[in-house]
Amino acid sequence: MKRSIQPVAAGLLVAAAGAFGFTAGWASDPPVQKIRMVKVSSKRYEFIPAQLTLKKGETVDIELSTEDIVMGFSAPELKLRATMVPGQVSHLRLTPQEVGRFDFLCDVFCGAGHEDMNGAITVVE
Amino acid sequence: MQKKMDRRQFIKLTGYGGGVVFASGLAGFGTPAFAARKKPPAAAEDFYFVQLSDTHWGFSNPAVNPDFEGTLKKAIAEVNALATPPDFIVFTGDLIQTTDDPAVRRQRMSEFRDIAAGLNVRNIRYLAGEHDAALDNGKAFREFFGETHYSFDHKGVHFIALDNVSDPTANLGEAQLAWLAADLAGRDREQQIVVLTHRPLFDLAPSWDWATPDGGKAVDLLLPFEYVTVFYGHIHQENHHMTGHIAHHSAQGLMWPLPAPLSVPKKGPIPWDSAAPYKGLGFREVKAGHEGTSLSELPVKA
Repeated sequence: MKRSIQPVAAGLLVAAAGAFGFTAGWASDPPVQKIRMVKVSSKRYEFIPAQLTLKKGETVDIELSTEDIVMGFSAPELKLRATMVPGQVSHLRLTPQEVGRFDFLCDVFCGAGHEDMNGAITVVE
Repeated sequence: MQKKMDRRQFIKLTGYGGGVVFASGLAGFGTPAFAARKKPPAAAEDFYFVQLSDTHWGFSNPAVNPDFEGTLKKAIAEVNALATPPDFIVFTGDLIQTTDDPAVRRQRMSEFRDIAAGLNVRNIRYLAGEHDAALDNGKAFREFFGETHYSFDHKGVHFIALDNVSDPTANLGEAQLAWLAADLAGRDREQQIVVLTHRPLFDLAPSWDWATPDGGKAVDLLLPFEYVTVFYGHIHQENHHMTGHIAHHSAQGLMWPLPAPLSVPKKGPIPWDSAAPYKGLGFREVKAGHEGTSLSELPVKA
């Protein structure tokens, strides 16, 4: 499955046109899509939340953070991965194109509970 | 090219069907192209070594393995009782159960080393697993067992130990890959090469952390060589896989077995079976020589 990023600039343009009363003239433009943010934090040895539910075709921005030590967020089937560093926030944006369950895990060996540190993204219609 | 190979296919390809003895990809056996290949260079003489893996010393959950203090010692006793002693013994990582406490880590390594001293064969090669090395980049491991990557030659076979665990992201890293390239440079393309490592060098099951992110780069460096076999651990079960003509064989562990890759929703130890104690735990003999190589899987006996 490929990641895709919807053009945010197009959405801004349509919103501006509507404000000036040109809605009829912009009817054929791509629909405005608001990007939903989903926050995932981590700490020894869990993701919070560990279960995410996304809608097929909906673009989301996953905001990642870690409370204590360096962690990894990896969803191999979605080809998503990021390193989570204490004091920093990282982002992964995706638009899932298939329904199903996609496991994610910490892929930076982080301690005694590392091997139980996982979760799943469930994509629904 | 990657090709998965189950036990039945492996037996069929190799033409060996008896019990737990397999011909190995070490000398090009196990690949359809074998018949078209030249015979590999003869080793100076036939020999065999023993692979033990994933002993996880310090693990202490009796629900998973009620004999958590005895299983390794039983395996060592079985190795000592082999009719002919192996030339050497290799431990392919996860010698100890991980701990966040550096002092406990060293205590477990000290205890493990003392137990391994019970092996009659004193030529022992150690590799690290992530439980041994990922939390301190291999520092404690090197104090007790030496370098985490190295090579050596034995009776005509070139052995390469690769470290895909000291980096907590499980990468080999550019420095080690450069070392590997230098180690292979100028070497006879028909020499038998055995690679020892902890994690699979290919994407066996990345969502279960059964992969090495840059393992493909090592495989690419090895592909020009005709007779390459990889022995690894990490997944606590036998698995046989081909990447091109290179065979990859994982070993059983000595603390708990794990389910087949992606066969269950969540990876976890296979419960202890009191009706079949030690089921799924064992070690391996690897026989090498001028006729190629064969594997024998030996169980820990109840």
